[in-house]
Amino acid sequence: MDVIFILQNTLRTATPVILAALGCLMTNHVGMMNIGVDGMMLIGAFSAVMGSWVGGSWLMGLAFALGFGLLLGLLYGVFVIKLRSDEFIIGVALNIFAGGVTTFLLRAITGQSGTFHAPGGDVSTIPQLSAPFLDNVPVLGQLLNNHTLLVYVSWVLVILCWVLIYRTPFGFALRAAGEHPKSLRSVGKSPEGMQFIASLMCGMLAALAGAHLSLGYLSTFSENMTNSRGFIAVACVIFGRSNPPMVFLAALLFGFIDALGMQLQDYGISSALTSIFPYVGTVLMMILVVLRSRAKSRRKASA
Amino acid sequence: MSDQSIVSFRHVSMQFPGVLANDDVTLDINKGEVFALVGENGAGKSTLMNLLYGMNTPSAGEVYIKGGQVRHFSPGHAISQGVGMVHQHFMLVPSFTVAQNICLGCEPKKFGFLSDFDKMNRIASDLSEEYGLEVDPHARIQDLSVGLQQRVEILKTLHRGADILILDEPTAVLTPQETDELFSVIRRIVKEKQMTIIIITHKLYEVMAISDRVGVMRSGKLVSVCNTKDVNERILASMMVGREVLLDQLDKSDTHEMTEVAIHAENLCAVDNRGLPALRGVTFSVRKGEILGIAGVEGNGQSELVEAITGMRDITGGQVTIGGKSIAGMTPGQVRSLGVAHVPEDRLSTGVSSPADVTDNLIVGKHRQKDFSFLGVHMKRKPIRKWAKELFDKYDIRGAGVDVPAGSLSGGNMQKVVIAREFSFETPVLIISQPTRGVDIGAMESIHRLIMEKRNAGCAILLVSADLDELFRLSDRIMTIYEGKITGEFQPENITKSDISYYMTGAQKEAEA
Repeated sequence: MDVIFILQNTLRTATPVILAALGCLMTNHVGMMNIGVDGMMLIGAFSAVMGSWVGGSWLMGLAFALGFGLLLGLLYGVFVIKLRSDEFIIGVALNIFAGGVTTFLLRAITGQSGTFHAPGGDVSTIPQLSAPFLDNVPVLGQLLNNHTLLVYVSWVLVILCWVLIYRTPFGFALRAAGEHPKSLRSVGKSPEGMQFIASLMCGMLAALAGAHLSLGYLSTFSENMTNSRGFIAVACVIFGRSNPPMVFLAALLFGFIDALGMQLQDYGISSALTSIFPYVGTVLMMILVVLRSRAKSRRKASA
Repeated sequence: MSDQSIVSFRHVSMQFPGVLANDDVTLDINKGEVFALVGENGAGKSTLMNLLYGMNTPSAGEVYIKGGQVRHFSPGHAISQGVGMVHQHFMLVPSFTVAQNICLGCEPKKFGFLSDFDKMNRIASDLSEEYGLEVDPHARIQDLSVGLQQRVEILKTLHRGADILILDEPTAVLTPQETDELFSVIRRIVKEKQMTIIIITHKLYEVMAISDRVGVMRSGKLVSVCNTKDVNERILASMMVGREVLLDQLDKSDTHEMTEVAIHAENLCAVDNRGLPALRGVTFSVRKGEILGIAGVEGNGQSELVEAITGMRDITGGQVTIGGKSIAGMTPGQVRSLGVAHVPEDRLSTGVSSPADVTDNLIVGKHRQKDFSFLGVHMKRKPIRKWAKELFDKYDIRGAGVDVPAGSLSGGNMQKVVIAREFSFETPVLIISQPTRGVDIGAMESIHRLIMEKRNAGCAILLVSADLDELFRLSDRIMTIYEGKITGEFQPENITKSDISYYMTGAQKEAEA
């Protein structure tokens, strides 16, 4: 079994989950559990391909995805914060809406259904990067080189998000808005404002995750191509307690299981079986979360 | 407006849907004084102060701070004018440290965007030293006692440069010692820093102890403002309720027998929410027709005791029998069916459902009875409403009627809803926890009378209260609890309040031979 290949795949498949989870944890910190990230990802994936196709450049694709992500974040914010609808209902609605609207628009705009094939060749994809000096380093070179831009961006974002949340006044306001909104209001700041900002950030990060799916290694959009990765991102946020580095590790764990499954297919194990690996992994993660919190309370009891 | 007035209200009214919370209030508060604002629950004290702090915009009238008219009502503006408010429910983020809470919203920065934690801690320790409010800047709020949390709240307002400090019911959650400390802090900052303090309170002896002037509010109106030295508690009490209040006349009948044991706890043990032992072998019994009072500093197992007896908390050792039946493994509903009614300590979280209307809150528990429902499925609204209205009148609940959400009632009236519901079960056993916390003197009087009536009618009553006056007025026997253990049992007529506090803080009564 090619271990390095599996690890390389791990980094690749974890990336959309990492990006979506970073978005989801932002809303989680302000007290909103956004289960609509999956839908946000799907629309992000679609708009990225359309942007790249229409604009002729992957940069246009990213810009499109970010723009629509912002719009989705705004929409989520208006419903959940402004109109005080239930966050789960809106999340579910967003997921259903995303599935429908992307399918519909795919047909309306391109006349194609199922999977998009750009007329006249492929659309422009996000470039892959590699550092030449790593080429000669045996394991690291293979592992870290030749990923698309967003893979590296996601690593940087993990650190940036952590700094933002735990080391800046903005982050403190963000967490106060989720944990004790009145305390924030009483010092003259608006918790709703923080919630809105988190919602917008979530929309953009989730859309970026989608863009990675459609423009990262492929250059195509297919219906429901997120394959519920958004929900796995939500699970990672819970598993990592909304702390970016921990969430990152959880996402890597998921990516590893996914990559392992793909590798096992080469050994004659049915893809129908291996494709359930990530979801089984997610369930196991959730069981672990419960066991951990139970063990913690038991430890305290005996102390 | 006089020259020295630092805050002025001019014909201020505040209209909430269905309630006129402030009605044409005109009031001047002078620089450097301690001004007490007293009144019954729902009299509009907190509403008035929330206006000053910019949490609401008045429907009519003007507010002046330091001579300037307030045109834009927001906490941010009030803070910039030097107004600080310590709310009844603290505005602190539990997982943040003391320093982080003090600096929330005005954090010192380094490199323009990072929080400067060292500077935060320095600010916190400097402030706490300057004002003599000792507190560890690194401690997390969730690990601090309520008294310390209050200090953090005060420091927080001081850090924002407040020189007008509003304290909303600051002593409601404090032990007597903590109250003394708070008062000495207030005196010091008024004297040394020329601060102006506005204190909202129910406790009239505190008004007498701390304030220079006192304003009395009743149903939204400011009925009187006087120098504290010209009045006494009795005068204030009658101004608050608009009639004479005689707290010391309770009809305690001695004619009935108190022999039959209704509640018996034997070596009862239970753990708290964190899994730590909260009750360590508590033994007592309550007989029919008596009130057993439990006295203790909050957090010494009283809450867990009540929850264990009412089936809301697992019993980890020993046993409890009610009417001779063990309640081991029973749900709260099953315990209730043994003839137990329960007035919980926290009316907001367990006592009422705030969004549900008063009617629903009064009927719940009886809603399956065939008078009120058909086969327990279809609710008969008419008899339910009629019943609710009867209770509403009988228990003198004051508010906009039985159709408004319970959460819109003032604290005292919300408490009356709970008491009305629980007492109307006509059960032989009553578990009552903090019945008059945050309740004004008028409501307190009627709640005490109701409890005493129940006792005289032969109910066995377990009364848990942080208010020693209440325990002494009502109880036939008082037990002190400390760290989950009973430290003594007393007849109220044979012991003084100060002696009781001695046992509440850990002294053990010698076993009586």
